[in-house]
Amino acid sequence: MSLIANLASVDSEMRKRTLLAIGSFLLPLLVWCMVSYVPFIWHPKVEVTDPGGVDYFQIGMLVDKSQFKDEAAFTRTEKLAPPAGKPANPIYLPAPHEVAQAFYTGFTKQPVQKDAPWLHESLWHSIQIIFWGFLISSLIGVPLGILAGTYSTFARLSEPFIEYFRYLPAPAFGALAVAILGIYDGPKIAIIVIGTLFQQVLIIANTTRKLEATIIEAARTLGTRGIKLLTKVVVPGILPDLYRDQRILLGWAWTYLIVAELIGTSSGITFYITQQARYQHFDNVYAAIMIIGIIGFGTDLILGRLGRRLFPWDRTQDRR
Amino acid sequence: MNQKNLPSYLDQSEDVKARFDKINQRETILEVRNLGKRFRTQQGEVEALRGINFSVRRREFVCVIGPSGCGKSTLIRILAGLEDHTSGDVLLDDKPVKGPGQDRGMVFQGYSLFPWLTVKQNVMFGPQIKGHGKDEAERDARTWLELVGLEKFADSYPHQLSGGMRQRVAIARALVNQPRILLMDEPFGALDAQTRSKMQSHLIDIWKNIDITVLFITHDLDEAIYLADRILVLKAHPGEVQEVIEVSVPRPRSPGQFNTPEFMATKARLEQLIHPAPAPEPEDEQAAQPQMIRFTNVADNVE
Repeated sequence: MSLIANLASVDSEMRKRTLLAIGSFLLPLLVWCMVSYVPFIWHPKVEVTDPGGVDYFQIGMLVDKSQFKDEAAFTRTEKLAPPAGKPANPIYLPAPHEVAQAFYTGFTKQPVQKDAPWLHESLWHSIQIIFWGFLISSLIGVPLGILAGTYSTFARLSEPFIEYFRYLPAPAFGALAVAILGIYDGPKIAIIVIGTLFQQVLIIANTTRKLEATIIEAARTLGTRGIKLLTKVVVPGILPDLYRDQRILLGWAWTYLIVAELIGTSSGITFYITQQARYQHFDNVYAAIMIIGIIGFGTDLILGRLGRRLFPWDRTQDRR
Repeated sequence: MNQKNLPSYLDQSEDVKARFDKINQRETILEVRNLGKRFRTQQGEVEALRGINFSVRRREFVCVIGPSGCGKSTLIRILAGLEDHTSGDVLLDDKPVKGPGQDRGMVFQGYSLFPWLTVKQNVMFGPQIKGHGKDEAERDARTWLELVGLEKFADSYPHQLSGGMRQRVAIARALVNQPRILLMDEPFGALDAQTRSKMQSHLIDIWKNIDITVLFITHDLDEAIYLADRILVLKAHPGEVQEVIEVSVPRPRSPGQFNTPEFMATKARLEQLIHPAPAPEPEDEQAAQPQMIRFTNVADNVE
């Protein structure tokens, strides 16, 4: 259809798409801003600005609205100084500007707790775990998947077991992984491998099977056989789809990260998040959660761009 | 022209007769002896081909035609080595065919070009598999691309080309290996009428200029008569050779011959063989009885 459309409308179509994409991010942000900054929306707590005659109130303390009302009524009947306060949200919902600030200070200021890792240190550790986990999984899973997709005997020999194994939740192997691999990075990488590998084999086998049969037949009539059929025809033929699968699987690897990092000694971004939550620095918690999203989404965007450059012949990309 | 005034499709002019004599003196490239093919399906065994006998001489152009389900695609796939036969022999230069090979080039209906390779790289694929060096393969590819008129598109990807151009690439890709026979499975079936007739003339030009024997599958009667020296007419269930027709239309061929008596006589004979007296409709067709209901205003007529 886009062939018929003239350039101008393609241009405006692109602009509209960009605007909508930005809007899809602005909309949730707007909701968050409204809940945070408009006093009469939600705000179930009262932040005490003046304790008045209530002996256990302190400045900056968060109390329930009903409790504050009861205490205020109590001071009136007892003829004490009334307490003062302003509507506030619970501590677990910081306002956008606080999170933004935490985002900035996470990279620039020494953490409040001694020996606590910086945000970027935690993040770098997590990225390394993901990298090794995904690399090991791919080194095994991609060749297995391609073999299973090409040779039906191999598929019948491997797929039923893999199909069974993928239903075993990866975190269930946590204790086992610690027993075998120690308490540091080993078991964490293992969990990511277990979580990704089995899906990877099945998905890539499926992708390989979808390669058009006539392409392989054409190659055979041109004299291709044996291993060359695999390396010169099957692999290049599925490469764009394989690349897309890998992008999706990388996202799955990220979802296993948090669980993996809780195994053995807690580390990485998960350690940072739990640690900050323990001290009720929820602004830091939000910042850390968001940065996971930013990194995941960012890598995928970059990989998507890269894919378009790497596979200029891939027609399925035109449909997006 | 009236049907009754047509000459017999068997009548051959002196020139045509002399030409067939010459063809018959050439050596046999492909010989098919008593070929049979059985499939095992869930409904039981199906006999796709039975007792197929024919031979193709060097530089002969043979078309295979038949109703759908006559096994013409199965036949060509067996010749290409993509499928096994269950009985009989396929001999290429007197040697039995085993599996696909570069001695038989194949052009498919779906273009089946390698989408990740440029036009030139597609043509280079065969020579490189054979173990030729890159430079030699590239030189060969350029020659054959020139022959099909696509040297300007050497660095384009297949998806950037039209259907006709893609099929030219497929022909070049098959011919670069210098096969003994070119097998073509309804190669122009997906093209529009205009491109199709252009490709037919182009194919004749190629065939005239290089030492190649062609076996061409089609379901288009005009195409078969226009291209072929001999037409192998198959019938369905099971697939058997019904008749081998020597086309009496003289060469060189041109689209202007479509209305000549020889052409029409041959076509009438093919039609008689392929579409005999209307067979009773299959049951599932009978079940679908359209019930016409008027959805528009009574006065609102289109005819």
